[in-house]
Amino acid sequence: MPFVNFLAGRIAKGLLVLLAIAILNFLLIRAAPGDPAMVMAGEAGAADAVFLEQLRQRFGLDKPFIEQLWLYLKGYLVLDLGFSYRQQQPVLGLIMARLPATLLLTGTAFVFSLALGMVLGILAARRVGKLSDSAITLAALVFYATPLFWVALLAQIVFALKLGWVPNIGYETIGAGYTGFRRALDIGHHLILPALTLGLFFMALYARMMRASMLEVAGADFVKTARAKGLSEGIITRRHVARNALLPVVTLAGLQAGQLVGGAVLTETVFAWPGIGRLMFEALAQRDYALLLGVFFVSSAMVVALNLLTDIIYRAVDPRIEAAS
Amino acid sequence: MSSARKNAFQRFAANRGALVGLVVLLLILVIAVAGPWVYPTSPWRMVGRPFLAPFVMERFPLGTDTLGRDIAAGLAHGARVSLLIGLVSTSVALLIGVPLGALAGYFGGWIDDAAMRFTEFFQTIPSFALAIVIVAILQPSLTSIVMAIGVVSWPPVARLVRGEVMSLRTREYVQAAVTLGQSTPRIIFSQVLPNAVAPIIVMGSLMVASAILLESALSFLGLGDPNMMTWGYMVGAGRTRLIDAWWVSFFPGFAIFLTVLALNLVGEGLNDALNPRLSGGRN
Repeated sequence: MPFVNFLAGRIAKGLLVLLAIAILNFLLIRAAPGDPAMVMAGEAGAADAVFLEQLRQRFGLDKPFIEQLWLYLKGYLVLDLGFSYRQQQPVLGLIMARLPATLLLTGTAFVFSLALGMVLGILAARRVGKLSDSAITLAALVFYATPLFWVALLAQIVFALKLGWVPNIGYETIGAGYTGFRRALDIGHHLILPALTLGLFFMALYARMMRASMLEVAGADFVKTARAKGLSEGIITRRHVARNALLPVVTLAGLQAGQLVGGAVLTETVFAWPGIGRLMFEALAQRDYALLLGVFFVSSAMVVALNLLTDIIYRAVDPRIEAAS
Repeated sequence: MSSARKNAFQRFAANRGALVGLVVLLLILVIAVAGPWVYPTSPWRMVGRPFLAPFVMERFPLGTDTLGRDIAAGLAHGARVSLLIGLVSTSVALLIGVPLGALAGYFGGWIDDAAMRFTEFFQTIPSFALAIVIVAILQPSLTSIVMAIGVVSWPPVARLVRGEVMSLRTREYVQAAVTLGQSTPRIIFSQVLPNAVAPIIVMGSLMVASAILLESALSFLGLGDPNMMTWGYMVGAGRTRLIDAWWVSFFPGFAIFLTVLALNLVGEGLNDALNPRLSGGRN
């Protein structure tokens, strides 16, 4: 039963992280200047007295600190992330309505950046010191230093506004009434620019890591053996070096997933993509702190889930990990 | 020791990218220092007609923005804020990460376990989202921004220092200090940490770059210090009139790009110069 034990352990660990984030949210509300009820209601001063009184009652704001913490966590236990006074809706419902768009965007950007980053990293490593290596390394350096929101704006000017190749903003053509495959195509068309700009930085990151990892593996004894056997360079690169260089890069990519979710806030803001990143921006503009903390919690939960998934895939793919752990 | 240092200097000087980065960085530093003398009036003041194109009027070489504010003046004042926040928030991250990593690496055992769980937790949280939440709830100000960036960027420092300290503490000169009866804090600060300085400097220079990126992203979302003109704010402010006034968003974004690129080049140059063994595969 080692797999069941492993799974139970990882799930328990993930739940602990989520508990810690809920506590962190509570501490942040307490650290905010002013009345905690006001902070939870958001839009300082605009909430009516009845609602504030309800909040005080529910979260026991006149009770001792520990009791308040318990009352706050109790909400999270039943997946009640609070109520957005501004939008007059439960926070969780607002987030769930926006989650699919974010999953689509970050998922596409992740696959694109990982695939292209690896290919570029392999190409650069095969031609160390040559012109194409320098070009790839330079491109990685440039993308790595470019502010995400700025490159998103530039891409918007050039490819959407000037050239008109792709739509400027949004998730789908409003009022077109497309259904089925036609609708999927339309959404895909809108997805291209946001996914590319979001993925660019990570592509640069993965290309650099893949290149370094390839060069490291290339010096290993089993590669020398393969070469001594007379295998062609192409086969050595594909079967021996790339396969072994892949694993550390995928591990790091899994750990970087949190940053991808953070980057979605900027991309979704620029492209008016209706995901939870855009929702976070709206919550900021309206000082809707209940919603803001809810989005923070759900995006952390997304990262925890993704890390869990990577762990499981890993164990399935590489039997050595079981032996090590 | 001095010849080792000289070699490091030579290695840095031989790296063309690092030298270019250093020159650009010095240029930005000069602009940041001299900015308020060249542009003594507040960068928030409306000094000309709105939407003046760049390279047309001599008074406004980079044009004016949506409200008629001088973009060149904004860039000069923004350079200060960016560099300042980059440096201070990196110091905050080092102040959290170095002691935590040193304690974990030196003592090992349950202290190491606890410290690493804590670090892992902070690495799991989406850092940009955490920074947004911290700044929004504590209200945007220089202090809250620096704190937020520091809080989200220390974990790699702690991991690095822990690893360095773990390998250094078994060295003979550290064992000798233990045998001589030196106090533990003294051993950590005078025997172990000084030998871990090189990788910390390298990481620090790269962290200043990412801190500047992070600050600009926060400002872009409207979470900058409301009293300070920042590059990120300028990009965000020009965003609504992108088609007819591209320069309003373009120049400040380019300034961020140039600064971050220069810092990354310098950081990589330092890495090659100070850790020659680690980068042997490059040349």
